[in-house]
Amino acid sequence: MTALAASDAAARLRQELNLDSTVDGQTLTATVPTERWQAAGSFVRDALGCRFFNFLTAIDWKEQGLEVLCRVDNLDARLAVMLRTRLGSASCPTLTGVWRGADWMERECYDMFGITFEGHPDHRRILLGDDWEGHPLRKDYAVDTPHTPYR
Amino acid sequence: MEVKPPVPEVPPPVWTEFKDLQEFEKYRQQRTDDDKTSNTLASIADAIHHMPGGWIVTTSTDKVFNWARKSSIWPVTFGLACCAIEMMATFASRFDVERFGMVPWASPRHSDLMIVSGTVTIKMAPMLKRIYDQMADPKWVVSMGSCANSGGPFRHGYHVVKGVDRVVPVDVYVPGCPPTPDSLMYGLLKLQEQVAEFQKTGTK
Repeated sequence: MTALAASDAAARLRQELNLDSTVDGQTLTATVPTERWQAAGSFVRDALGCRFFNFLTAIDWKEQGLEVLCRVDNLDARLAVMLRTRLGSASCPTLTGVWRGADWMERECYDMFGITFEGHPDHRRILLGDDWEGHPLRKDYAVDTPHTPYR
Repeated sequence: MEVKPPVPEVPPPVWTEFKDLQEFEKYRQQRTDDDKTSNTLASIADAIHHMPGGWIVTTSTDKVFNWARKSSIWPVTFGLACCAIEMMATFASRFDVERFGMVPWASPRHSDLMIVSGTVTIKMAPMLKRIYDQMADPKWVVSMGSCANSGGPFRHGYHVVKGVDRVVPVDVYVPGCPPTPDSLMYGLLKLQEQVAEFQKTGTK
């Protein structure tokens, strides 16, 4: 078991990538610029040893844009890193090159929020039907949107 | 001087509410027309009916047919969600609907009844419709649980069909979330009563 305190990890993140982060227990939260999303992912995986990809999702902040966040864990050191990024447009670099587990999560994120993940190997809907219109977890999606009759 | 009759103010139909109902009516109409077996039976029964004393025979055969129909309703094995667990319990030995002649059958082509047990999502609705279409006439549908009746707790979600009667015509609605096996059994007995009244023309 490798000992890695969250404060040490925060210091390394500050030193290597010049990223500010907040520490809460063994959870580290860092807000990353979108263009350095993949670099931050690689660093967290290789240097901080977070090899377990926990989840990836998004938040629709309405007129303030979309935010993608993912949580990765270093299970040996009991360290969790939460990476967040504010998107300028509805597109984000993919993390599939860093963690294979990001594949389906990003597809679901695309399905629900309509965020395009640049460089994703299999970029299509995962849960809803292929003929679905719109992205239902967007705040501007009308829940009673009419759909085609069933047959 | 021209007097115009008052124009009645009819609110425009909301197509989200009406589209499926119209489709359903059309489908139901078409289904009755396509029911060749029942039409043949009806014409034979009609011919017998016009013979002297023939009406005794036709009413009696109708009763016999309906008795046969209601005592061997085979539900298709079709579970959608948690209601399916209660449905399985109903089929199992403790509640034992087999004493009413109901055998869960794993083929829609041999079945008479579809128990829609659970949430019907928009993605699942075409498959449900296909299974219903594969069943041979006469066929019945029991909508089991709040989700199948109206969408239930997921009614305001984006992905749930707001009641399975927007996809297939339903004969018996069983309320509950989920309904206990007793409730489902009560619904099935009500369905048997309904089948006993099944007319020779195929209309319900």
